[in-house]
Amino acid sequence: MSEAVTPLNGARVNGLATIADAGLTGMITLRGDLSSAEVKAAVQKATGLDVPAQRQALSGQGAAALWMSPDELLLICDYDGVAETIATLEEALRGQHFLAVNVSDARTYLHVSGTGAREILAKLCPVDLSPEAFTPGMFRRTRMAQVPAAFWLDEAGTFHLICFRSVADYAFNLLKTAALPGGEVGVYG
Amino acid sequence: MSTRLAKTGRLVDHSRAIEFTFNGKRLKGHPGDTLASALLANDQMLVGRSFKYHRPRGIVASGAEEPNALVGLGEGTRFEPNQRVTTTELFDGLTCISQNHWPSLDFDIGAVNTHLSRFLPAGFYYKMFIHPRPFWKHVYEPFIRQSAGLGKASNPGDPDRYEHFYYFCDVLVVGGGVAGLQAALAAAEAGSKVMLIEQTAHWGGRAPVDGGEVEGQPVADWITATLAKLQDMPNVTLRNRCMGAGVYDHGYALGYERVADHTPGSDAPRHRLWRIRAGQIVTATGAIERPLSFAGNDIPGVMLASAIRDYAIDFGVSVGDRTVVVTNNDDAYRTAITLKQLGLEIPVILDARQSGGGALADEARALGIRVENGKGIAKVKGGKRVEGVAICAQAGEGAVLEEIKCDAVAMSGGWSPVVHLWSHCGGKLIWDEAQAHFRPDRANPPKGAKGEGFVIPAGAANGTGDLASVVADAHEAGQAAAKAMGRKPKGKAPEASTSVEAPMQPVWLMPQGAGIKLRMKSWLDYQNDVKVSDVQLAAREGYESVEHAKRYTTLGMATDQGKLSNINGLAILSDALNQPIPQTGTTTFRPPYTPISLSSIAGEAKGEIFQPIRKTPMHGWHEAHGADFEPVGQWRRPYCFLRGEEGRHEAVNREIKQTRASLALLDASTLGKIIVKGADAGRFMDMLYTNMMSTLKPGRCRYGLMCNENGFLMDDGVVARLDEDTFLVHTTTGGAESIHGHMEDWLQCEWWDWKVYTANVTEQYAQVGVAGPNSRKVIEKLTEDDISADALTFMGWSEITVAGIPARVFRISFAGELSFELSVPASHGRALWDALLEAGEEYGVMPYGTEAMHVMRAEKGFIMIGDETDGTVIPQDLNMDWAISKKKEDYLGKRAQERSHMADPNRWKLVGLETLDGSVLPDGAYATAPGTNANGQRNTQGRVTSTYHSPTLGRGIAMGLVHNGPDRMGEVLEFPKVDGGIVKAKIVDQVFYDKDGEKQNV
Repeated sequence: MSEAVTPLNGARVNGLATIADAGLTGMITLRGDLSSAEVKAAVQKATGLDVPAQRQALSGQGAAALWMSPDELLLICDYDGVAETIATLEEALRGQHFLAVNVSDARTYLHVSGTGAREILAKLCPVDLSPEAFTPGMFRRTRMAQVPAAFWLDEAGTFHLICFRSVADYAFNLLKTAALPGGEVGVYG
Repeated sequence: MSTRLAKTGRLVDHSRAIEFTFNGKRLKGHPGDTLASALLANDQMLVGRSFKYHRPRGIVASGAEEPNALVGLGEGTRFEPNQRVTTTELFDGLTCISQNHWPSLDFDIGAVNTHLSRFLPAGFYYKMFIHPRPFWKHVYEPFIRQSAGLGKASNPGDPDRYEHFYYFCDVLVVGGGVAGLQAALAAAEAGSKVMLIEQTAHWGGRAPVDGGEVEGQPVADWITATLAKLQDMPNVTLRNRCMGAGVYDHGYALGYERVADHTPGSDAPRHRLWRIRAGQIVTATGAIERPLSFAGNDIPGVMLASAIRDYAIDFGVSVGDRTVVVTNNDDAYRTAITLKQLGLEIPVILDARQSGGGALADEARALGIRVENGKGIAKVKGGKRVEGVAICAQAGEGAVLEEIKCDAVAMSGGWSPVVHLWSHCGGKLIWDEAQAHFRPDRANPPKGAKGEGFVIPAGAANGTGDLASVVADAHEAGQAAAKAMGRKPKGKAPEASTSVEAPMQPVWLMPQGAGIKLRMKSWLDYQNDVKVSDVQLAAREGYESVEHAKRYTTLGMATDQGKLSNINGLAILSDALNQPIPQTGTTTFRPPYTPISLSSIAGEAKGEIFQPIRKTPMHGWHEAHGADFEPVGQWRRPYCFLRGEEGRHEAVNREIKQTRASLALLDASTLGKIIVKGADAGRFMDMLYTNMMSTLKPGRCRYGLMCNENGFLMDDGVVARLDEDTFLVHTTTGGAESIHGHMEDWLQCEWWDWKVYTANVTEQYAQVGVAGPNSRKVIEKLTEDDISADALTFMGWSEITVAGIPARVFRISFAGELSFELSVPASHGRALWDALLEAGEEYGVMPYGTEAMHVMRAEKGFIMIGDETDGTVIPQDLNMDWAISKKKEDYLGKRAQERSHMADPNRWKLVGLETLDGSVLPDGAYATAPGTNANGQRNTQGRVTSTYHSPTLGRGIAMGLVHNGPDRMGEVLEFPKVDGGIVKAKIVDQVFYDKDGEKQNV
């Protein structure tokens, strides 16, 4: 089988922050009744994580559970482990009303890290990115300039950002431009 | 003579000189200068020509309110017109040119207009250019366009970058003067997250010019100390060179930061637009001094009294050696006293008040300055600069009592609070009789979602007077803002100097009985050349509403939006209408406060990130292989692939012939793909589509039509049933997001209890159409799975492995040939594409674009959403009754399609059209019918919806909607062409190629 390639093919740029292709990552859209014991158990079984609360990202070993909407999660796992994770979910939710579908290739996934990360995102997304307002473990679906995007922040201070695959170049160039030296705003970090 | 003073100039660095040019003339200034102060220091009194009469004009003000001194700034791609010299910081190498003159600033032909001014009154253009009517388009408009406008347009290719910044705070304080600093401090000390913005490069506003004490220290020291205190607070963000441009609903505000205007060529973005969400907004925007309306008040050298004081103290520039001060209030005495103390001459202070001034007047007299009460200026002498004034009694008609030589006039008509930001979102104003100005009505602020006020005015912007009351008011405003945000503010306002002034007296015309000759030279709006006489004429002609009078006279319509002129103008209007000023009211205050650059609004959106371009996994290959792209939504799809010297038409023909003869590939990745899953999925699909979908078997595909609730066709495509519970819906490229939204809308709002989930997986898959007689052969080369005609029948799908990649293969056909669509994970899309190209080499494989796809579907008579449909077409119009289930109780659009107009047999219906001469019908052409309609237009009986040259048939083919079309086979219709002439076309069956579908069924 051919090598799977991400749309950005490992691109990386350093500016006020480092913007890097996060590489192939497994992503599963799970829709269901997030308050049900069955879904909680299924998510636990598939990822080792609880169901995240509203606008929350829960991260574990090679896995994450992200709150997308009141009836939708995005589960992160190894790219090669998607089929197995979906099988686990389907097994655990047999007889329930749910949808689990592979969307790993539908997105581009970027890491934005470094001291300028908050300001760079605040140039493009209408989100309060001050350190007191946006803390590790938070997840936000929003708009990045003219495209939909979502991001969460990990304990190490790296932003994990996803948007649609077709606009990977646009998203990367947006972040690269926002990170150009001289553009320091000087309010965060 | 205006010149540099040696001892003052708190904002400039006397020790360094920097160079700039004005109209090519090399001049020197100091760091810290504005372009205005530097021009004045070089005795450049004349800086531009007015808009209508081309009158010589000089600098009037020292800040954002400046109406006259606009220049074209910079050169080449950085050239920008209409830049205010008073808000432009001087930098080394600055170049600027004056505007609105020809051939030169000093000698201007257009100035002849000033002698014609009697013949160019308000409404002149409306009255003059109405007759004869045809002249407007051919004579008047070109002429007016030629002479209209101030500066020249900027040049393309702006090299700078711009950006937005989203920021959130509890309290936004606009204005960094004493009031803003104190309000910010009060709110911050209460614990609120505060942002304080100031439009200039300096903090403290005008207070250091006027002096006084706060908390026992000189106000300048207090400003420094307070600023330091604020800078040390972690909950405060300070931003200078950042103007509060607008206040909008829900505490949204725009800050316009001129990051690098003063350092062109640096690596910083030039402008940054702050998009701020604030809980409360404090407007500490200060006040603007008003001019007085006397004859010749626009001659260079006549300036606002406060501006003359600012230039002397802040920049060390004296506007004249002999300055006459004319006023209706005590404040202007400060200018006289300041200048006198600097050793300059004040020949006289003309105080329009019969009773004269208070303590400041006494101070002036004590300095030996002559003060004349009850006097005013009859007219100013001079042309390109002030030479003297003629004095008269304010109460009279302008009989000259005395003439005095001078080279500058400092005028003050009182102060108007800057209420713009308060008013932008609906804050109401009240008329303050004592101060003769409009100020914010604290009881009627702009209101938020819960009916609570979210803007609080502070300091001079709230109509307060001396330093003590400004500081106290600002402190209260800051605390009120913090309190509104749930804090418990404590502490008292700092003590500050008080001053007692004699009451001002409104003076709207000087002298009050000025005759028409004087009124015609008494300017209200400098930039748009509106005089007292123009507003009075508008009132006489019936323009009683202030909004009408504004538009008729153009008062306040210039780039300064009437910051100096509006109050004076509406006072004149009120007087002419014999009604009190509050009854006349003000015109509407709209953002931005002063013009902001369009680039700052566009932000980062330029060049490669002007807009998102969606790319399929194969996009890079297309780019490298001659793709001639066309936009399809935000996607770029190859229209065709150009080879060598061939044009588009040849390329499309080649691609079609290859598809029909052998094998070609289409990148179909942009097609919408939506998963619909759940126990009620079949029921839901039956509602979405006009035909029956619930009976579709897993492993099979069905073409379907989707209508909106009004019955109109909105999308079509092939549905595949993946398993008992799951459907895969293919939508048009443009429909992917909207159809997904449509589904969620019905599921969330109407059928919330149905067990259905959807997911838009459009971008998860790369999809390749493999079309042509050799399509099966090429896929068989790449797979071990059975895709033979028996194993995979027409309209079937299965899961196979192609080139080692897991794929879904759909046996469907849009081109009319044997064809397959292969769907693989997007990360493998390019690999599949490459494998198909390699395996297809022996069949001469080539890609085809959207145009070949369109032509081939038209040859087959297939409809295209957006061509055959336009939002008013129902499936029945397209003879697609076969795709409308008779068995189903309901589907979206069913009831609408039963309405009488929809069921009308007279609706135009789809047919094929075949030109008699083989030519291609013009796209969108109408078939004419005998007679004319009520508007005298020719009757029509049909129109072309799709039209192409068919290389397969060697002639033009078309589809169209025609009245009773299907019943009129063989009739010939006439289609007029745009360039005249008529094309005749015969009504035929819409399927031009392989009517029985034998080609796809092999």
